[in-house]
Amino acid sequence: MQDGYITEDGRKIGGVVMEMKNITLRFGGVVAIKDISFDIREGEIRAIIGPNGAGKSSMLNVISGFYVPQEGEVWFHGKPRPQMRPYEVAQQGIARTFQNIALFEGMSVLDNVMTGRLSYMKSGLFSQALWKGKAEAEEVANREVAEKIIDFLEIQHIRKTPVARLPYGLKKRVELARALAAEPKLLLLDEPMAGMNVEEKEDMSRFILDVNDEFGTTIALIEHDMGVVMDLSDRVVVMDYGKKIGDGTPDEVRNNQAVIDAYLGVSSD
Amino acid sequence: MFYREAGDFKTSYEQDSQTFPIKFDRFRYYAVLAIAFLVVPFVINDYWANAILLPFLIYAIAAIGLNILVGYAGQVSLGTGGFMAVGAYACYKFMTMMPEVSMFVHVLLAGGMTAIVCVVFGLPSLRIKGFYLAVATLAAQFFLVWLFNRVPWFYNYSASGQISAPERDVFGIMITGPNAPAWATYMFSLIFLTLCALVARNLTRGTIGRSWMAIRDMDIAAEIIGVNPLKAKLTAFAVSGFFIGISGALFFSVYLGAVEVGEAFGITKSFLVLFMVIIGGLGSIFGSFAGAAFLVLLPVVLKVVGVDVLGWPTDIVAHFQLVIVGALIIVFLIVEPHGLAQLWRVAKEKLRLWPFPH
Repeated sequence: MQDGYITEDGRKIGGVVMEMKNITLRFGGVVAIKDISFDIREGEIRAIIGPNGAGKSSMLNVISGFYVPQEGEVWFHGKPRPQMRPYEVAQQGIARTFQNIALFEGMSVLDNVMTGRLSYMKSGLFSQALWKGKAEAEEVANREVAEKIIDFLEIQHIRKTPVARLPYGLKKRVELARALAAEPKLLLLDEPMAGMNVEEKEDMSRFILDVNDEFGTTIALIEHDMGVVMDLSDRVVVMDYGKKIGDGTPDEVRNNQAVIDAYLGVSSD
Repeated sequence: MFYREAGDFKTSYEQDSQTFPIKFDRFRYYAVLAIAFLVVPFVINDYWANAILLPFLIYAIAAIGLNILVGYAGQVSLGTGGFMAVGAYACYKFMTMMPEVSMFVHVLLAGGMTAIVCVVFGLPSLRIKGFYLAVATLAAQFFLVWLFNRVPWFYNYSASGQISAPERDVFGIMITGPNAPAWATYMFSLIFLTLCALVARNLTRGTIGRSWMAIRDMDIAAEIIGVNPLKAKLTAFAVSGFFIGISGALFFSVYLGAVEVGEAFGITKSFLVLFMVIIGGLGSIFGSFAGAAFLVLLPVVLKVVGVDVLGWPTDIVAHFQLVIVGALIIVFLIVEPHGLAQLWRVAKEKLRLWPFPH
């Protein structure tokens, strides 16, 4: 497994990009995550599933540096990652979307997507104040990338619309656009299909697969819709009450007794 | 009909991200600039300069500065009066310490000094936000006024405790002191306002502006997608302080000439500028102009209507003025909470379609 594997549909998966080693996260007396280890490989779609309150979102927050685990290490590109602020994690190439949409409501779609490219914008205050030289060149260059993403996700028609005016489904797509604009090495999606109808879910699934296929982006996602998870993902981690109870391909997980028990309950007799 | 963008196509991203993307807007902007620079200086008199134009120009700079902090970066500040005082006293000290240097340099240095002070008082914003930050900046307001009152070095040990602007000229034309002609003080302030507005617009449409707005709209998400909150907040305080400092320096040197700190830069000044920003429209450069114009013109208009047209006694008009201004502010906030800038945007939307709205 060290050099990757070939998926059922013939995609080649590379080496380990990120590895969580014995992560334990506590809030006071509450143990949100208990001694969990798993890895994410280059180019794969890795799902994290589990009942409500299993600690899935906390896990993503650990990966994006928002929570600092009490025990355990996060390895990124084969090295243990030192403790860093969330924006530094973002600059390392980890982008994410949020469970409850966290777009910048007062800004246009374009500005939101451009904000995703902040790590690439390095011009100084003075140059920006005059809108000359580096600032202007940088603005145009990054605008080109942003426009490609906008094209890719088919949101050209709302480019200049303030985000607050958009319907829910489009907001989710804009949020994906903002994350993609960072050209991330690892993309974290926290319930990308929550609250969507079947059609919107199909659209979103297609975008996720396209992103993975076209940019080769590694994706880790949390999702409740089992049909979607089983279809999209290459490997699945199952969590329950902060513990890992299953890890493997969708088929392996589907037949795992502990997983079935967690989801369906265990009969008392 | 009057206002159209049909046929106004953009072929590059530079064109699309310019300040006035619509041709009509652009020409109107050039027209306003031409009138402000080429017509007004020749027709201006002392009354117009002192009652309307100078306060408008100077408050507009302060409102732009505060709008960057409150409207764009979402950090509430009640310390504007104190920061204007820093600009005024810095300008005074620079004017008396380095009399041979140009006034332009003094005003810019005063802005820079205020930026530094503003950053220092902005440090709490890294930990607290909203009302709590407002209270922290209120402390700046009271502390700074106290400091300039109590430390004689700041007012060069003058007996009155006031500072008064020495006479200075730019290119041989007086711009401070009682002998400065109205058009010269007007032009001097106008140049600074134009520069400030351009810089503010450039900053807010670019990278730094986006990181400010990201922090304003959702600070945690902003940090997770890569905005450095420390940098975004402190640059907002610095830029805002720079503009407010410039306006304080102009307010003292060009407009008032002599200043007693508690009177000129008290807490009422902080509220006045904050009202300008709120009435004009948070997060809009145009709104800063509109708010400054509204609050500078309103008392003048009420006085003209009350005293000159209706013939009421001056003191009654002066009292009514306070009542009416207060009531108008409340009405305004209920009818259009997004300020004059939003009214302007709606009007533009309507005008684009007029006379065939469907």
